[in-house]
Amino acid sequence: MDDLYREVIIDRYQNPRFRGELDPHDYSYQDDNPVCGDHVRIDLRVDENDTITEAKFSGEGCSISQASADLLVEKITGMKLEDVRQLGKADVLELLGIDLGPVRLKCALLSLKVLKGGVYGLDDVMTLDELAAS
Amino acid sequence: MTISPQAGPLDVDKIRADFPILHMEASPGVKLAYLDSGASSQKPLAVIEAMNTYYRSQNANIHRAVYTLGEVATEAYEAARAKVAKFINASKPREIIFTRNATESVNLVAQTWGRANLKEGDLVLLTEMEHHANLVPWQMLAAEKGIRLEFIPVTEEGILDLAALPALLEQKPKLVSFTAMSNVLGTITPAAEIVRLAHEASALAMIDGAQSVPHLPTDVQALDVDFLAFSSHKMLGPTGLGVLYGKLDLLNAMPPFMGGGDMIKRVELRSFTTNEVPQKFEAGTPAIAEVVGLGAAVDYLMAVGMDAVAAYDHELTAYALERLEEVQGLKVFGPGIEHKSSNASFTFEGAHPHDVAEILNRHGVATRAGHHCAMPLHNKFGIPSTTRASFYLYNTKEEIDQLIEALYKVKEIFG
Repeated sequence: MDDLYREVIIDRYQNPRFRGELDPHDYSYQDDNPVCGDHVRIDLRVDENDTITEAKFSGEGCSISQASADLLVEKITGMKLEDVRQLGKADVLELLGIDLGPVRLKCALLSLKVLKGGVYGLDDVMTLDELAAS
Repeated sequence: MTISPQAGPLDVDKIRADFPILHMEASPGVKLAYLDSGASSQKPLAVIEAMNTYYRSQNANIHRAVYTLGEVATEAYEAARAKVAKFINASKPREIIFTRNATESVNLVAQTWGRANLKEGDLVLLTEMEHHANLVPWQMLAAEKGIRLEFIPVTEEGILDLAALPALLEQKPKLVSFTAMSNVLGTITPAAEIVRLAHEASALAMIDGAQSVPHLPTDVQALDVDFLAFSSHKMLGPTGLGVLYGKLDLLNAMPPFMGGGDMIKRVELRSFTTNEVPQKFEAGTPAIAEVVGLGAAVDYLMAVGMDAVAAYDHELTAYALERLEEVQGLKVFGPGIEHKSSNASFTFEGAHPHDVAEILNRHGVATRAGHHCAMPLHNKFGIPSTTRASFYLYNTKEEIDQLIEALYKVKEIFG
């Protein structure tokens, strides 16, 4: 078994640190991966300096999609929105610490897509295919 | 559509020798166990070679060709139509329409018969276990024309609740369209009975046979079904090809589907008259090589015998259900073996189906994870997705053992 199911991924999947919803929130966005039905929602609270003070994710899906959401939400807490906008595929893969084939890459990138949907608004969101190819 | 236990035994070693892909390794040193025939079957050499031969020595466009090669191609294409007709016991080859896939076959009926014969408020009766291919075309028609949709319910056990049928038929549906075998639950539905009851209520009946036609003997005349949709690639044939069977009088009365070459008799600048059935529904150059390949697939299945195929699929499914029961935390959906064949869809406590399929893949076992194009059925059972193992005439009990061993590895990782 290679390292796809690294301890960190199974651990975050089984014991997520940032699972939940924020009510009220400043940003909330959710999306599905139609290929496998994975679903992720991310809620953000932002202070007057556009810094993320609190973030939570919810949803359901495979270990890769849910662990990447938990890790990503942890990473962005305390970040400025403008820095969040710069995050890309490489950042998510670094958090997971693994390389992924084309199918599972989309599982990993769903949370990034949702995050970008939340902070950019719908119109500028790349599709999962575009994100995977980025 | 029943399983005959008297069928002669099937020689799986001999069959496997005909399928080159089954002898590949999944990864170095790991045997491939292909358990995804419900999505697409593998192809025997006879099918691959029939298409090669077509391209090497028979290729030309069909119909209207005066030269010999064109005649050879036309004959090969029409001979395959006759073989498919015989395979499902249609009374005439003209009742076989070639489409792109089973999905297009259903859409053809919805867009031609449906548009011409259904008006606002008319009812189409479906079931809760339909594949999206027999759901969305009717939803589109509902949005366009205001027709109503109702559904024969699925019981907790995973079979159709026929007790609910009389009340639904009292609402006078114009069409009852249903699957003869669920692609998720493996449920074999009482197709002949549903067709009979539909006809008694003056409704037409259509069967989605994408799963049943590859696995069970099919006799459209005995079923008395009005339309039957199925796919080539799930029954040893090539992709890109589907079949619609329809009773000739219905096909004759239906408006054409797509417009273009071949489907016309005469064309003027502002008008056309349609060709006869089946050309009326086959606009443009069809998938000639694929049709020839399907003809070879049908020859192959008939040589093995569909009774033998059905009995063997059923035996494999029974063995799989028995072995899956041993695995703690695993839940198989659908009815017991008496109502089921050809697949087993399951969830695994603590492990998402996508992760299960990924780990199975690492042990050479090809399965499918997801909603299997039946989201409403998954919603019914309160689960987003399942892992599905599906079986066909070339699978073995050893491959099912390989699946079970790999499932214990899932347990080690997620347990």
